[in-house]
Amino acid sequence: MILPFLASLFESGLVVAHAAHGSASGFVSGLTHPIGGLDHVLAMIAVGLWGAQLGRPAIWVLPVAFPIAMAFGGALGLIGLPLPGVEIGIALSALVLGLMVLLEAKPPLWLAGIVVAAFAIFHGHAHGTELPAGADGTLYSVGFVISTGLLHGAGIAIGLLHKFDWGRSVVRAGGLVVLLGGAWFLYSSIAA
Amino acid sequence: MNLAHLVQTGFGGFYDGLAHWALSPRDLLVTVGIALLGGAGGVAAARTATLTLPLAWAVGGAIGWYATGIGEMTWATTVSVGVVGLLVAVLRRTPPVVVLVLAGVIGLIHGLANGSVMVSEEREPLTLVGTVAAVAVVTLLGSAALTKVENHAGRIAIRVGGSWLAAIGLLWCAWLLRLAT
Repeated sequence: MILPFLASLFESGLVVAHAAHGSASGFVSGLTHPIGGLDHVLAMIAVGLWGAQLGRPAIWVLPVAFPIAMAFGGALGLIGLPLPGVEIGIALSALVLGLMVLLEAKPPLWLAGIVVAAFAIFHGHAHGTELPAGADGTLYSVGFVISTGLLHGAGIAIGLLHKFDWGRSVVRAGGLVVLLGGAWFLYSSIAA
Repeated sequence: MNLAHLVQTGFGGFYDGLAHWALSPRDLLVTVGIALLGGAGGVAAARTATLTLPLAWAVGGAIGWYATGIGEMTWATTVSVGVVGLLVAVLRRTPPVVVLVLAGVIGLIHGLANGSVMVSEEREPLTLVGTVAAVAVVTLLGSAALTKVENHAGRIAIRVGGSWLAAIGLLWCAWLLRLAT
């Protein structure tokens, strides 16, 4: 209910004498782009799960580092700089992050940060290059940053179950689901 | 989204100014960013942000209103969003002096941009007053509320919010680059 309302604010010709064309479609496209692809969803949730497993300070470092690295990739995509193997990179991100969650891997913070940031560039590049024709890039960017952040939040919320004994198994099972999804997407992208 | 033409609410200049701020992503997000920065820095930083940003915005707006030959300021207003976001993301406690300088410079830049557009569209001065009022209220309420956030999860949320702003600022710069080429 809130999102259509916000979208209507950006598109309403009644209040904006000269409507900026493509604004609403840009925002909504950006908001739905990360959740429209299961590969993105799995990887984003896995970032949150892993951050929660790693605890402080990773629980905030990963969700803070990811959007900035993703924006770097998104910027490359928006200005048309190619990045090879984007689909493979995205599939690998789900596979690797799922594996980390499944194994409850606890590498040094800097290493976890580099892994997450490297994968974030692939996700961002995909968002940047898939800007719909005619859409407004300004609000599209806002949409996909918010959407990605909310997916991280969902992952962290699930990952907080980690502090319960039974919850640890649930979180690790979530990692397994992400891992299997990543393996499927990797197979699909290589076979394609 | 660049609102090259200001909003017409039909309720007069003051509300046109409020609506212009609310519908201008750069203005809106930079205000939120300064509120985050001030609130996360503690009471002194919050007070500094609350006083400095609207004041600088008003001064910049007045300069933009009367000065001639002010060029396109989209790049400056865009970069400011990213810079504020980055500082919110990386700084644990922002010193008041940093908030003072940043809010002052950013208020001047955005005010200049607002003032020059408003005068070019022959708006009444109340339009600028409406925009500055929106900036003042949001900075005051936002930074005041955030000074009370001391728990770990709340501090994380503020820094994550900063990283979102930094990401958005970077993407907007790329978008401007794409439009320019």
